[in-house]
Amino acid sequence: MAREGQRYQKYSRRAFLLAGLQGAFMAGLGARLYYLSVIQGKSYKLKADNNRISLRLIAPKRGEILDRYGKKVATNKQDFRVYLVPEQTQNVSRTLQKINRILPLSKNQISRIERTIKRQRNFVPVTIAKGLEWHDFARVNVEIPGLEGVFPDSGMTRDYPYSHLAAHIVGYVGSPRPEDIGKDPLYQLPGFKLGRDGIERRYEDSLRGRAGARRVEVNAVGREIRELDPRQDAEEGHPIQLTLDMELQQFVAEKLGEQAAGAVVMKAESGEILSMASTPSYDPNDFNSGISQENWNAILKDPRKPLLNKALAGKFPPGSTIKMLVALAALEKGLITEETTVRCTGKHTYGDRTYHCWEDKGHGRVNLLQSIAKSCDVYYYELAEKLDIDDLAVVCERFGLGTSYDIGLDGVSKGLVPTKAWKESALGVNWYQGETLNASIGQGAFTATPLELAVMTARLATGKAIFPKLIQDTIGADHLSGTATLDANPLHLELMRNGMHDVMKSGGTAHDFRNPRDTQKIAGKTGTSQVRTISKAERKDGVVKNEDLAWKSRDHALFVGYAPFDNPEYIVSVLVQHGGGGGSVAAPIGREILYKLTETGNFTPEEVAKRLAREKEEGLDG
Amino acid sequence: MGKTGMFAPRHNDKTWWQRLIGLNWFIVLLVCGLASVGVAMLYSVSGGTYEPYAAAHIQRFALSFAVMIVIATTDIRVWMSLSYPAWFFGLILLVVVEFIGHTGMGGQRWLDLGFMRLQPSELMKVAVVMAMARYFHGIDFNKVKSLKSLIIPVFLVALPILLVLRQPDLGTSLMILAGGIVVIFLAGVPRWLFIVGAVLALVATPIAWSALKDYQKSRVITFMNPESDPYGAGYQIIQSKIAIGSGGMSGKGFLQGTQSHLKFLPEMRTDFIFTAQVEEFGLVGGAVLLALYMLVFSYGVLIGVGCRNHYGRLLASGLGFTLFLYTLINVGMVMGLMPVVGVPLPLVSYGGSAMLTYMIAVGLILCVATNRHMTIAPKGASLFGFKR
Repeated sequence: MAREGQRYQKYSRRAFLLAGLQGAFMAGLGARLYYLSVIQGKSYKLKADNNRISLRLIAPKRGEILDRYGKKVATNKQDFRVYLVPEQTQNVSRTLQKINRILPLSKNQISRIERTIKRQRNFVPVTIAKGLEWHDFARVNVEIPGLEGVFPDSGMTRDYPYSHLAAHIVGYVGSPRPEDIGKDPLYQLPGFKLGRDGIERRYEDSLRGRAGARRVEVNAVGREIRELDPRQDAEEGHPIQLTLDMELQQFVAEKLGEQAAGAVVMKAESGEILSMASTPSYDPNDFNSGISQENWNAILKDPRKPLLNKALAGKFPPGSTIKMLVALAALEKGLITEETTVRCTGKHTYGDRTYHCWEDKGHGRVNLLQSIAKSCDVYYYELAEKLDIDDLAVVCERFGLGTSYDIGLDGVSKGLVPTKAWKESALGVNWYQGETLNASIGQGAFTATPLELAVMTARLATGKAIFPKLIQDTIGADHLSGTATLDANPLHLELMRNGMHDVMKSGGTAHDFRNPRDTQKIAGKTGTSQVRTISKAERKDGVVKNEDLAWKSRDHALFVGYAPFDNPEYIVSVLVQHGGGGGSVAAPIGREILYKLTETGNFTPEEVAKRLAREKEEGLDG
Repeated sequence: MGKTGMFAPRHNDKTWWQRLIGLNWFIVLLVCGLASVGVAMLYSVSGGTYEPYAAAHIQRFALSFAVMIVIATTDIRVWMSLSYPAWFFGLILLVVVEFIGHTGMGGQRWLDLGFMRLQPSELMKVAVVMAMARYFHGIDFNKVKSLKSLIIPVFLVALPILLVLRQPDLGTSLMILAGGIVVIFLAGVPRWLFIVGAVLALVATPIAWSALKDYQKSRVITFMNPESDPYGAGYQIIQSKIAIGSGGMSGKGFLQGTQSHLKFLPEMRTDFIFTAQVEEFGLVGGAVLLALYMLVFSYGVLIGVGCRNHYGRLLASGLGFTLFLYTLINVGMVMGLMPVVGVPLPLVSYGGSAMLTYMIAVGLILCVATNRHMTIAPKGASLFGFKR
């Protein structure tokens, strides 16, 4: 019994020791529990929420691009799509067969769908079809009750109703490039597009709008369980209103036709660009979902460069359209007066070189006005002998040449107004006077863009420092149009305008191809800029006619003009690349545009309707 | 010692009905409380449905409850005489599981009995304690001090451990080992032996490490620094801590646990059910649950101390310690205090074998309590042959 007592004593002591140990451990567990849920509770609560709450972005509606009358140049179109959630159907292939009966799918499509289903988690929707017509979409919707796991949806895609007409201005949208990803969480949204060119790119920030967000509860594998409050709706992008008149744009583009050409139509006083056409063009809708290789190659191979906006990026020798500025420089320097006459024999010798007039036979005796009307080159050769090229450059720059205008588009080029300093720095040789003769007829190194020529014409017509403008109520741009008067003698300007008026009259370079409907309200100037040098031998045998030359060697045809003559409202500049003579090719286009504008005013929808009704009545067909 | 009162001999020949009435109903109530928590949490974790987990849990508890009552109301000498056979039976099952066991969770652990999947290693936790208690009851206290007397206990503990380690199931092996050591300790083996043992264990650690499976090693490494592998082995423990911590003081409310319902934590209904409890009921809910467990296993020690026969003492406190280990390892594991070793939270976790084992253990403790006044000869009684 003593041993039993001993045994019990030892046992009970050790048992209590053990109980104490257990108590200590349990206290430890309790302390740990307290530490986790109370002391660290807040931070774990946050982590739990981070786990389960996921922000899902809602794509904002992209701002529209409108013309001056509110017509949609770029808008958003409903895109109808059909999705399938694999886990919501008992038998994926049977469901696909059912869809196939309603909405024929190609073998490729079906195998793509099946591959996608295998790759993704089975609660992630698989796109069955997108870009559906309303008709097909409606048919699927009707059959939905019999289609397990299929759900219809619609989203927005960018749409350019005018297709080719304003492609160079509005640009296009495309998917974010890999290097862009990460800059904005929106870029990761499937199907998100951002501006890639033109207004779409330049005004991306305003057009894009602000993404909305849904707070959703997700489970460990990312499946959406439910939506949580608050939801933040997406903010639609700001619309951009252009100064363009799309009716006019269409008219201008039709006149330019399939030629490689560019034209600018501007309001004289405000500088608002009513039309800026460049042909040939491309369809920005093609870029929406990635342009096909075939299509892209065709665009790249076209020698007429469809991607180039010739109206503002095409630099060409301005040819005779520059002559008013040369005359102004000479008048200003007192080298000539209104009465100065020159006898044109068709050629002019300076130093050891012979400079030819475009009219082989010569113009005979011409005064200043006639020199513009007939575009006599010899008159300007004479004048240029005494003219300092830098003095001409000053006038050219005053009239807006050699300037890059910020009209809200990238890729605005500036032409080159040659100066002595330019030649020295660019070519490292001194200017020689012979080059001034070339420059005086807008040849040689001289280049200008159709936009610059339009600005030049606007300034000639108004005597004011007109700046071009493409965006209505432009955000933060410095448009000074119509405010400052140009530093030019009004009498000299008046003289130039009279000369330009004469261009359109009998004996003027733009007269011969006159349309019977032409009025006397238009003033203008033609230009033909030579692409190749005509050799002495060729001159002897008779210069090869443009039509007989390879397209690349033909002259560029130019025309600048304004109307009405007595109260300038509209400015036009037209360039037809390798088009031939300015008088025969470019002037009719410019004249037609100015005629339409002065006859009908702006191409407001009402006016267009009226015009069409009237033309129908009169039996005219354009 | 010739004590009276508490240790005064009484008649053992009670009827079955008397034994049933005389049960410690407080403990019975405690296990019912724990099982209710289990039902509630399984209901919540499966998204507010009884089927299949909560319902199965109720059925299993009912079955285990019946087993517990039968065990508790049976004469303790029956269990004493069954101690060695139980150990043998458990050992045979472990061998059988080697050959025809079901594989799952990286180990071969289960025997499919049709109505349930039995995990013999679970039952072994009880059987080892029974066999050890039987052994130390039978030998003279003076002999306990000699090393020779430890040969059989070492054999009784080591054999099942080796088999369980082969499955491989580190958690259960450690629990069997700890249960065995506790009985040896309570039996009165000299203290210096434990010191030597601890030193030996320390020396053996590198050898044991190399014997571990890769996944076990990674669990230990991950336990040291769960953030080192946030999507792999560390994921569970990180998510578990988030669930526990985000419950705060009073929890997110019943059925409102986001971590569990959104499946951030896999295996929520088995080893990580405590996490769900604390996420939904907070510190308060966790503490209440821990208190329930603590009461159950504290009773084990208490009943042992109040028992007149040595078998009953060793059995009650040894099993009490085993019950404690379940709680300690599981709760310590889900709170990031211990490596993830796969020990369920009995009566609450979904799992039949652990529940059955737990209820058998509680039944035995209750049986000891009922028979606490009985004195049993060292040799005990042969099966069914004891005097009435």
